[in-house]
Amino acid sequence: MDFDLTQEHTMVQKMVRDFATKEVAPVIKEFDRKQEAIPWMLPRMGELGILGICFPVCYGGQGMDYISLGLACEELEAVDTALRVVMSVHVGLCGMTLLQWGTEEQKQEFLIPLAKGEKFGCGAFTEPGMGSDLAAMRTHAKRDGNHYILNGEKMWISLASKADFAMITVRTDPNPARPTDGLTTFLVNLHSPGVTRGDIHGKLGVRAGSTGWINFQDVRVPVANRIGEEGEGFKITMSAFDSGRYTVGAGATGLIRAALESSVKYARERTTFGKPIGEHQMIQEKIAKMAQDHEIARLLYLQVGWMKNQGRRSTLQTTYCKKFATEASFEAANQAIQIHGAYGFSDEYDMERYLRNAKGAVIYEGSSEIQVLIQAGYALGERKDKALRCELPAYDAEAWQK
Amino acid sequence: MKIIVCIKQVPDSAAKVVVEGGKVSWGDAPLVINPWDEYAVEAALQQKEALGGTVTAISIGGESAKEAIKHALAMGADDAILISDPALANLDTQAAAQVLAAAIRKAGGVDMAFFGRQAIDGDSGITPSQTARLLGWPALTLSAVIKVDGGNVRVERAIEEGRQIVTAKLPAVFSLVKDFGEPRYPSFMGIRKASRAEIPAWSLGDLGMVAPATVISWPEVMNPPSREVTCEVIGGGSPQEIAEKLADKILAEKIL
Repeated sequence: MDFDLTQEHTMVQKMVRDFATKEVAPVIKEFDRKQEAIPWMLPRMGELGILGICFPVCYGGQGMDYISLGLACEELEAVDTALRVVMSVHVGLCGMTLLQWGTEEQKQEFLIPLAKGEKFGCGAFTEPGMGSDLAAMRTHAKRDGNHYILNGEKMWISLASKADFAMITVRTDPNPARPTDGLTTFLVNLHSPGVTRGDIHGKLGVRAGSTGWINFQDVRVPVANRIGEEGEGFKITMSAFDSGRYTVGAGATGLIRAALESSVKYARERTTFGKPIGEHQMIQEKIAKMAQDHEIARLLYLQVGWMKNQGRRSTLQTTYCKKFATEASFEAANQAIQIHGAYGFSDEYDMERYLRNAKGAVIYEGSSEIQVLIQAGYALGERKDKALRCELPAYDAEAWQK
Repeated sequence: MKIIVCIKQVPDSAAKVVVEGGKVSWGDAPLVINPWDEYAVEAALQQKEALGGTVTAISIGGESAKEAIKHALAMGADDAILISDPALANLDTQAAAQVLAAAIRKAGGVDMAFFGRQAIDGDSGITPSQTARLLGWPALTLSAVIKVDGGNVRVERAIEEGRQIVTAKLPAVFSLVKDFGEPRYPSFMGIRKASRAEIPAWSLGDLGMVAPATVISWPEVMNPPSREVTCEVIGGGSPQEIAEKLADKILAEKIL
């Protein structure tokens, strides 16, 4: 067993860290306060190849492995969650789902511009009246010759107003035998007639990130844009979440690290009762917990990245990673505020932003409660991995460079 | 255009450098490419992009110096050479310049040799000029803008008083300043290439030279004296009152 990162991995880490700290860290507070997305963020991430990090070169990507994706997410969220959210939806929910389930024609047409960062993608599954409860999904599509006619609304969609494409799951069978039947996934061009969309403001966190709604009114989607078969939507959506949740867990690990590093620095500088607060045991306990949680979260996401590299299903391990890291990041931010005292409560420091940003990830891409249900299903033997018609391809260091 | 960029591995600028038992220590901080040398790599790559040719990174050091070299490769340098020899420990700038000049001569047909303005560890900033002197080439130091036209080069030097335009014939040695423009990040393709690169090592024997004698020795090194700082919080009932007290204090201390 080798716990070392490769030289390639450490160089990826440094490159993404340099980008995030040099270019985004100096302006993030300003955009977070204004509740505005940084306008140059998406094109810049595309230009640097970050948006195509883990796709084969033949599909416009950079040909790095899935561990590199996780490392990039950790570095991005150590600066701000909005950066990592881009990876979750553009790479995780949209691109990786295309890589796994798309036909060769679909990869050529859609994955290449996404991986090159020329087009932006998002994932649209949640609706105003449903999140985890797929039986309540109301957006629907009806076949009409070589098209489907889409109607309905998706909500809480990251990059809703910025993306060119949305990976979207809708109901195609109004009376399915089981609630998970009768769902179909499409890659919808968001510039199509009948699509309207907008941003949602007043969010607790990720205020420099774009979150919004997308409405579909008789939107004609070519059959060629259907991902997988009719009725495969549930499986495809779950695959999308296996990828997206991995990026969320890896990113939350970065938020823990940011809270920890800031707390350690402050604990050395700030004195009370004649000594640095880091010499008080109650502060030490908080810092030790953050350090331990960072290590656990890191090991959990690296395990998932390794499994993905091997081409193994990692649904269960991804729930461990996502649930643990996101909950620990919220707690780390909370304790970091406590350590920073009144300064932590002020937006002069980053701690309050970390706390606000951390909360969302405990809810989206499957709330902690949903992760527990999945974990219990596996533990009790009620849930087992079944072979999928299309699996996420294993990383192939040679083939991915061609 | 055959371009060489000379780089040095140094402790990370964020490292806390202290003297312990007469020796400089940077704890467990990582060694990185000298930040000034990143500007040199950027300048070298821009010349290659504009004029065609190759960029070769050269560094003197042990196995660990490969990290700095790999950074240059990941940024886009075509190849690299590590000059490694047990006799090359504790070089002064003159000795380093002799080794670099020998390597540039051995590479053959070099048109431009780029350096950072100084290394953040030794901070002498004279290796580029010394290397130029040994090669008999013009030393175009503190370069901010470089324009090549045929066999001639026009350089804007960023000096304290402003900008100075100089011209010279190639081949020439250049040292780069920040005004040149931000160095690029390594690309993912570059990272992959760098991580797999085999870096050839040249010994002093390969350069046809014996260990150069150092002319400057370094008998002692010490931490800067720590400064005694006391803080005083000036209170008062209103901002006006606080400001008045502060102004009086500043005048009393003869700061103004």
